Amino acid sequence: MNFLAIGTEIAIAVLMLIVLAVDLLLPKDVSHRRIGVIAMVGLAVILVYTFGQYHIGASPTFFGGLFFVDNYALFFKQLFIIGMLFTILFSLEYTEKMLRYRGEFYALLLSALLGMCVMASANDFITTFVGLELMTVSFYILVGARMTSADSSEAAVKYLIVGAASTAVMLYGMSLVYGAAGSLVFSEVCRNIHLFYAAGLAGVIMVIIGFFFKLSVIPFHMWAPDVYQGAPTPVTALLAMGSKAAGIAVFMRILYTAFPILGNFWLPLLAGFAALCMIGGNIMAIRQTDIKRMLAYSSIAQAGYMMVGMAAADLAGMKAVLFYAMLYVFANLGAFAVLTVIDTERGGTSRRDITGLAQAAPLLAAVMTISLLSMAGIPPTAGFAGKLYLFTAVVERGYLWLAFVGFVMSMISVYYYLMVAKAMYRDLTPEEAEYAAPVHVPLTVRAAVLVSVFATLGLGICPEWLASLTNAAVQTFMR
Amino acid sequence: MGFPLLSVVFLAPLAAALFLCFLSRDARDVIRKTAAGAMTLTLLLTIYAYVSYDTAMGGMQFTESIPWITDLGVSYSLGVDGISLPMLFLTEVIGLAAVFSSWNIDKRPKEFFILLLVLIAGVSGTFIARDLFIFLLCYEVVVIPIYIMVLIWGSTKRVTKEYAGIKLTIYLLMGSAFMLVGIVALYLQAYPQPLRTFDIEALIAASQMGSFSESFQIFTFFLLLLGFGSLLSMFPFHSWSPDGYAGAPTAVSMIHAGVLKKIGGYGLIRLGLLVLPLGAKFWAPLIAGLAMINVLYAAYIAMVQKDLKYIVGYSSVSHMGYVLLGFAALNVVSISGAVANMVAHGIMASLFFSQIGFIYEKTHLRSIPELCGLAHQMPRLTVGFMLAGLASVGLPGLIGFVPEFTIFVGSFAVYPVFAVLAISGIIFTALYILRMLAKVLFGPKSDRFDGYQDERGIEMLPLILLGIVLVGMGLFPELLMGVISSGVEPIAPLLEQIADAPTLLGGVR
Repeated sequence: MNFLAIGTEIAIAVLMLIVLAVDLLLPKDVSHRRIGVIAMVGLAVILVYTFGQYHIGASPTFFGGLFFVDNYALFFKQLFIIGMLFTILFSLEYTEKMLRYRGEFYALLLSALLGMCVMASANDFITTFVGLELMTVSFYILVGARMTSADSSEAAVKYLIVGAASTAVMLYGMSLVYGAAGSLVFSEVCRNIHLFYAAGLAGVIMVIIGFFFKLSVIPFHMWAPDVYQGAPTPVTALLAMGSKAAGIAVFMRILYTAFPILGNFWLPLLAGFAALCMIGGNIMAIRQTDIKRMLAYSSIAQAGYMMVGMAAADLAGMKAVLFYAMLYVFANLGAFAVLTVIDTERGGTSRRDITGLAQAAPLLAAVMTISLLSMAGIPPTAGFAGKLYLFTAVVERGYLWLAFVGFVMSMISVYYYLMVAKAMYRDLTPEEAEYAAPVHVPLTVRAAVLVSVFATLGLGICPEWLASLTNAAVQTFMR
Repeated sequence: MGFPLLSVVFLAPLAAALFLCFLSRDARDVIRKTAAGAMTLTLLLTIYAYVSYDTAMGGMQFTESIPWITDLGVSYSLGVDGISLPMLFLTEVIGLAAVFSSWNIDKRPKEFFILLLVLIAGVSGTFIARDLFIFLLCYEVVVIPIYIMVLIWGSTKRVTKEYAGIKLTIYLLMGSAFMLVGIVALYLQAYPQPLRTFDIEALIAASQMGSFSESFQIFTFFLLLLGFGSLLSMFPFHSWSPDGYAGAPTAVSMIHAGVLKKIGGYGLIRLGLLVLPLGAKFWAPLIAGLAMINVLYAAYIAMVQKDLKYIVGYSSVSHMGYVLLGFAALNVVSISGAVANMVAHGIMASLFFSQIGFIYEKTHLRSIPELCGLAHQMPRLTVGFMLAGLASVGLPGLIGFVPEFTIFVGSFAVYPVFAVLAISGIIFTALYILRMLAKVLFGPKSDRFDGYQDERGIEMLPLILLGIVLVGMGLFPELLMGVISSGVEPIAPLLEQIADAPTLLGGVR
């Protein structure tokens, strides 16, 4: 047994237990920020450790190949850890002020992270399922963490019901695939010709639908807006970047390693759903006035963009997806850090609440604008480079129409992102003068937004560094 | 490698903008002096480049090239030739004039000048880029600052500034969406994987080698035409232009009408014609027809406008029709005329907008019925208005005459009917421009304007800068035409190659 292979997961589990223990030892009326700091230091150490695990040659495995630590998995793990680290950083203040069970909040964040990391490494359906459930169950609780808010509780119940239903569908699908192919390991499923029989195909479809639920792909997206809006803002951030990226990671691995022989069947399907997501997500986002809700629809569209890369089904497409997932993390970090401050200070995240932010906190307004423009794909932000990678990959495979949909829709998305910019930058009427009063921006948030904005602009102006990392990540994938 | 002149021209405004970020928002004087300093530096460098450009040698000069994103085939490569150099010069002159026109701005000056400098850097970047990626980057960078500037410093008259801003932004972005698809298609079609590049010269070489089939060229050129056409306010994508200019603050109107629009024409020549010659040839009759509509239709609408900015807005749409006509005729003379007309129109439109901005700043009026006899109180302003107006009518001796004449000469042989109709457009132009000048400047003296000061000090600088160019290049057209022909002459063999290529509807005359 090569325990080094699951070193990252063990470290995260230990960190979670430490956080729980410290929480028990801390008196209730003492600031719980230090727990967050412990979690962040731990995550930073783990992040540095994971860089050392990149390799050329054969990838370490565990449990006889069921758990697979290739560069692809490492890349996603780093993405989750970065997202989690900075989310904790900008939400220290929020957690302290808005939540009742602060220690448990951090512990649950870490258990969700553990689930995501397991998913990234999963090489069979059971491990996938364990990771998925660990992440989702943690999120059910996290979404409802604001005990005093009816919205938060409603969101949690809604997420639980829809999540459970989709899990059931996916699990049933997996059982059918097992029945047809006689194995749960991805690499063996793909070799079995019986997958082509009716039961096998039904299983494949159900697994795909299960993932569509998790990724909130239209028409399985109904839960996303309510859950995003009701959840505590930092949790929404993690749902948008972590949960989605984890879904993409494992979905892509399943499609490419378990079902590649069915490619002719799911590739057009994927392209169609990608287009549906880009069109529907962007158009429905236009009407939203709550920014978290708007970002929920926008995240549906973003899932569509990433599926464009998956539809290309080659190394260039995969590379583009990885690149996009990472830049999307940084864009989300910036946007949600700002929203978290707004939520703490003004008690809401609607467009009204960010009115006049350009005068109250110019830094936050600039970060919000840049982050949103990155999601829209306007240069010199990273989003532009990301979309270019995605669409060159897919056009090369002959899907020119998908590039049309993608570019036109991303220009439409600029409209609703600019509506946010407008609310922040427009002149205030005399009745709104209170909105110009300076907003308190904690130092931790400042640090988080500066990192996110530098990453967004840096990756846009000089995408090479991340591109070479994604290259390394996909190189070991196909073996 | 010598002194990186173009990099300095490109980066100096950005460096100044970055510097401004760290200044206090109350230090208005330092802020605007920094902006003016950076722009003066870039203008001087550009003038140096303009003067020392070797027209006998032609081609790309002052080149710089650094590999940048190797896996996409992007390199940071800059350079100017006879087509882009006049456009760069135009950008920097108008940029400096725009800074001076915004001298008295007192609402959030720090943000204003930061955005203005980013805008100018973006526009100049599009003209000096030899790499398509950098071109796109700079092109899209300018859209967002414009929106925010219209939103904060714009003015609400016939339409609200929010409406004007978003309309302008949406038109330009939707155009660019189609253009992006076209460019991605070009990029993928030109070379197989490891050789992929965004280098424009390499794409032109690929086109010469026949990498692009005729149907591909026709399809892709149409996509580019949608993008560049909406930027150039080609009919029917023109309606953002008057509304946008009316809502925008003076400096944005100047830069937008003066240079940003010209990226459309420049892109059509640099990318459309050089990379996709068969596509350009195929769509030329359509462009010529739309150009006609631009000239006449916009001139008709301009005649009934009451707002000064709307008149100049529609007049700019009308003038862009000449540029399109020059392009569509596809011969060396007419294309030289088109490029020259872009420069000429840029200078006069920005002079117009700076003078209108001055009137508006002082009197808060822009509507013609309310203004009259300003010549009595503001003689210097009158000079500026007259120069811009007469240049716009095409008076010999001012910058507008030679380019328009060249276009007519070049296009008459190809599209005689359209050329005649376009010439008749001058009559309508004269009608609305002269009527406006007569009413606003030379009407009876009105007491209500007695209290207003004429332009003085810094306020005169836009007039002086733009006026010198306007008269100078009018009296010595060779200053402009010499450089431009050195850029356009090398296209002649290409134009001959496509002379017999198929066109839409067999080539309407």
